[in-house]
Amino acid sequence: MAHADAHAIHPEPVTGIDNRKLAIWTFIGSECLFFASLIGTYLVYRGRDTKGPFPHAEWTDPATGKLFEPIFEIPLVTFGTAVLLFSSFFVVLALSGAQEGNRRKLLTWLGLTITCGLFFVGMQVYEFTHFVHKGLTLQQNLFGTTFYTLTGFHGTHVTLGVIWLGALMVEAVRGKLTAERALNLEIAALYWHFVDVVWIVIFPVVYLMK
Amino acid sequence: MATSVLGQAGTAAATAHHEQTGLWSWLTTVDHKRIGVMYGASAFLFFLIGGLEALLIRWQLAKPDNNFLSPEAYNQLFTMHGTTMIFLGVMPMSAMFFNYMIPLHIGARDVAFPRLNAFSLWVFLLGGIFLNASFLLGAAPDGGWFGYANLSSKQYSPGLNMDFWAMGLQILGIASLAAGVNFFVTILNMRAPGMKLMRMPMFVWASFITQLLILLSFPVITVALIFLMFDRLFGTNFFTPATGGDPMLWQHLFWIFGHPEVYILILPSFGIISEIMPVFSRKPLFGYSAMVFATAFIAFLGFGVWSHHMFSTGMGPFADTFFSLATMLIAIPTGVKIFNWLGTAWGGSIQMKTPMYFALGFLAMFTMGGISGVMHSAAPADLQQTDSYFVVAHFHYVLFGGAIFALTAGAYYWWPKMFGHMLDEGIGKLHFWLMFIAFNLTFFPMHIVGLHGMPRRVYTYPAGLGFEVWNQIETVGALLLGLSQLVFMWNWWVSARKATPAPADPWGGATLEWAIPSPPQVFNFGEVPTVASREPLWDWRRAAGGKLPEPPRVSGAGIHLPPNSFWPLLAAFGVTFIFISFMLMARFGPWPMIASASLLFLSIFNWAFEPTH
Amino acid sequence: MPVLPFARGVSLRSPWWRRLPLLALLLLVPAVAAAQTYPQSTLIPKGDFADLVDGVFWTTMWWGLLVFVLVEGALLFVIFRYRGRPDDPEPEQVHGNTMAEILWTAIPAVILAMIAVPTVRAIFKTYEQPTGDILKVEVVGHQWWWEFRYPELGLTTANELHVPRGKAVSLKMTTTDVLHSWWSPQFAAKRDVFPNRSTTLWFSARETGNWSGQCAEFCGIQHGRMGFRVIVDEPAEYDRFIGTLRASAAPPVRADSTGLQVTKLGAQAPGVAPDPLLAEGEKLFTNKGCIGCHSLNAAKPVGIGPNLAGIGSRTYLAAGWLENTDANLARWIREPQAVKEGVLMPNLGVTEPEAKALVAYLRSHK
Repeated sequence: MAHADAHAIHPEPVTGIDNRKLAIWTFIGSECLFFASLIGTYLVYRGRDTKGPFPHAEWTDPATGKLFEPIFEIPLVTFGTAVLLFSSFFVVLALSGAQEGNRRKLLTWLGLTITCGLFFVGMQVYEFTHFVHKGLTLQQNLFGTTFYTLTGFHGTHVTLGVIWLGALMVEAVRGKLTAERALNLEIAALYWHFVDVVWIVIFPVVYLMK
Repeated sequence: MATSVLGQAGTAAATAHHEQTGLWSWLTTVDHKRIGVMYGASAFLFFLIGGLEALLIRWQLAKPDNNFLSPEAYNQLFTMHGTTMIFLGVMPMSAMFFNYMIPLHIGARDVAFPRLNAFSLWVFLLGGIFLNASFLLGAAPDGGWFGYANLSSKQYSPGLNMDFWAMGLQILGIASLAAGVNFFVTILNMRAPGMKLMRMPMFVWASFITQLLILLSFPVITVALIFLMFDRLFGTNFFTPATGGDPMLWQHLFWIFGHPEVYILILPSFGIISEIMPVFSRKPLFGYSAMVFATAFIAFLGFGVWSHHMFSTGMGPFADTFFSLATMLIAIPTGVKIFNWLGTAWGGSIQMKTPMYFALGFLAMFTMGGISGVMHSAAPADLQQTDSYFVVAHFHYVLFGGAIFALTAGAYYWWPKMFGHMLDEGIGKLHFWLMFIAFNLTFFPMHIVGLHGMPRRVYTYPAGLGFEVWNQIETVGALLLGLSQLVFMWNWWVSARKATPAPADPWGGATLEWAIPSPPQVFNFGEVPTVASREPLWDWRRAAGGKLPEPPRVSGAGIHLPPNSFWPLLAAFGVTFIFISFMLMARFGPWPMIASASLLFLSIFNWAFEPTH
Repeated sequence: MPVLPFARGVSLRSPWWRRLPLLALLLLVPAVAAAQTYPQSTLIPKGDFADLVDGVFWTTMWWGLLVFVLVEGALLFVIFRYRGRPDDPEPEQVHGNTMAEILWTAIPAVILAMIAVPTVRAIFKTYEQPTGDILKVEVVGHQWWWEFRYPELGLTTANELHVPRGKAVSLKMTTTDVLHSWWSPQFAAKRDVFPNRSTTLWFSARETGNWSGQCAEFCGIQHGRMGFRVIVDEPAEYDRFIGTLRASAAPPVRADSTGLQVTKLGAQAPGVAPDPLLAEGEKLFTNKGCIGCHSLNAAKPVGIGPNLAGIGSRTYLAAGWLENTDANLARWIREPQAVKEGVLMPNLGVTEPEAKALVAYLRSHK
């Protein structure tokens, strides 16, 4: 009855999925509810505003007579979305590089992934600044409140992802992200895919739906 | 054969595992058993604080138009009583058993992420201390444990009170979520050979489903609390009616979390009862698979009934019908559980030891709470009962008569395993009877005053409404209930002094924890056992012809254990300070936030690159 | 001590367990409702809505009681029947029984269906607003008092809602600040009020009288003392009450030589000088600032504090819990914060003689 691996350093996971990988999947499951609540709130409050500015329509402040342009400018954010989607593809290539022990491939694609992530965050910072100039603040109306909160929390997730991938990049440069330790990148990549997928939901719901 | 399971010493005599001592060893421990003990100790301390709050409340309500407490003090006390009992009492007491028992039950040496486990403990403890520190400023939360918008807004609650509440709950939520991920992975991945899912002890099943509930419901309250926090700190409009914000949104988000939370509180207790009933009936759990499915079904339905907390908001006949029927449906799997527990004892040979007293007390009292639950699942009837003392009676029957009785049963059951000595049976039974009678004295009359029109959360009531006598009985009951907890502690004291050594298996248990010495050695199992049924110990005992030899304490040399770490504690401070920084932002700007975030990142970085062996 | 009627004939020699049902009954006696003992009870409905709810309650109660007796009975049976000793032989190792599982899934399902059908029926009825000859009332929750408006009459009152007996009342409810819940146990159960929407409720009262109700949603420091009264009048009595409110809205009569305006309510017979105390009270009502929050005109509510038209004949003060006596009224005016801590009415520094004049003045508004 005594078992052979009684003294094994790492007992085999029963499910065959590494503990950390299973943990990140679990965490992602939990995060789904986090974003579902944020997106749900955005949808519930959509169109309930008593004052502008509005996402797709002009608005004249009856008190001051000032005209507010529609807030959204679709081309830029569409480009940002595309960049973020590509980064998901790049991180797959980076992972394959890590698993093959191909350092150049790993560094190239991981570098590109991080660049894309940084671009997306930069786009969002620009967008937020621009929108505030157009008169949409966090406090202005329900649209401002829900828009900044939802996209802001997504942006925070992207930022944390960039920091995480950045730390792995340092590892990779120092040659420590070997094929045996590719799992380190794999779990970060899982998170990164999740953040992208969330954006694929947010983008049409927030920017495209009229 | 049996002895080989119970731990032969490793062949390599390199490093034997000795029990560590000293404060530092506790602060840096990653041992699930020590973490469990610390969860239990702090939870009991918070439980006593919450109980004291309840006694002050009861003292105020002992007579009409009383002014023992000011209305503001009363509101702070009832808010903190609810918040404390739920988040700092019952949940971490369950967490004590998760921590201590899950690895033992599934034959593992530790949890999947020992340092994350320590992190959960410290975040919980710091969050609890933070919440209670509000009393020192005279600004304890005062908006109810449910913190309904828009009373919780800056306009109507200008003090720091509700900031403490929102931040405190956020901190505690992080502890729960981290623990949720940890135990979820532990149960799926760390089971001993042969421990199939449908061979897991019922307690492990209940814990597993509880973690699922935590993982899926806590993010929702996190979001709701973020909204509240943003409204209060940054002037957003989530719950501001003037700009179109809707206080109903809070209620929906809160109860989408809040109802699963009820099952988070009670399912672990179901698990404990499912362990105790078979052992003290000397019969396997009746209808194991039905029990597993019933538990899963309760959890599933738990996500579809949140609006039964909102019948009085007038959601319309279709919503009321849906939520009424869904709520009634929950009575079916819950009934299945109660009948299966009865079926377990039926035809058994019931051993009336203290844990069994509490388990049977649980059955009797929880049944009553369940029945009153069905009574207010009927939306029209609930229009009279909601926010009245009838509801207060109901959930105390479920959470005190249910959860606290079960957790106490668990404490008596596992005490010998955890501390290596038996608790006194005589004092234990005195404890039970005192608690049982006092409990009913305190909470039964609440049904009556509730139906006779006494609302909840009132700091006083006028004379002449017929509430006086019942409230006096309740107060006497509450004092006795407090006394019963003193008897419990007296039992610890007497038993520790007497120190009757506990054998490995004092009760004739069926699960793996009883196969190893009491208390367990730091590595739990000298050799990882192989399991062939739901009651491995009973198999081995039968194979051995009735009694197993006392397992020896072994050196455990060669068994790899994760080293102690200081970073989880430091990271927990980082998390706590981040939320405190939100409150300091108006006064000190971003600097506290930057400092706390740096502390957190530093800790996580060091944690990530710390050698683990 | 007199022997209770139903206790007669019970032999004290009968075994103790024979007397258990009687004991249980004795314990129940104080719990069984009597309107005099429990004026705010949900168990003594006095209106049709409450009857509807009461019907559902008793359905759940009887089924619940049956389940309670069966389950607790089975539990006691098991405990006494199957109690064993440590050295007893191992009992038969039964792992389960499919038939049993099916039965104890199905039987509760049937019982629940018995509860569900009347429940759903009642749910739909609770949302059916009465039509035809009805009285419309608007309820507005305030921290910590209730405003009642008769929109068809253009009249407003506070904390005491008068309705005629037997007439269907349709309530439309909202709040000016935080959430509250209007709970009138004898007539209409409860309904929450929200700042940005209106909720509804309805009832018609069967019995005249002065009934108490209370806020049931936690709403801040004085949630505990946010009561109200529902006063059910015979139709003639109700008309008289409405007459009082109407009178408060009528233009004041210019009085005599003092040059002070005396409202019609305080007016004397022509040619008789007004009571100087009343005149003093009226002056104070303005000078002390009462008028900033309180209106004495039922047609012109200020909406900050309760409308005081007809205050002289109200039964309670400070939202339905402090008896409306001269002493209480004076104390309430002089030190509101001591009477109801945290209430929005500030301490205006009214002296004792001033309070006396104010009380006299307010008393004259009936």
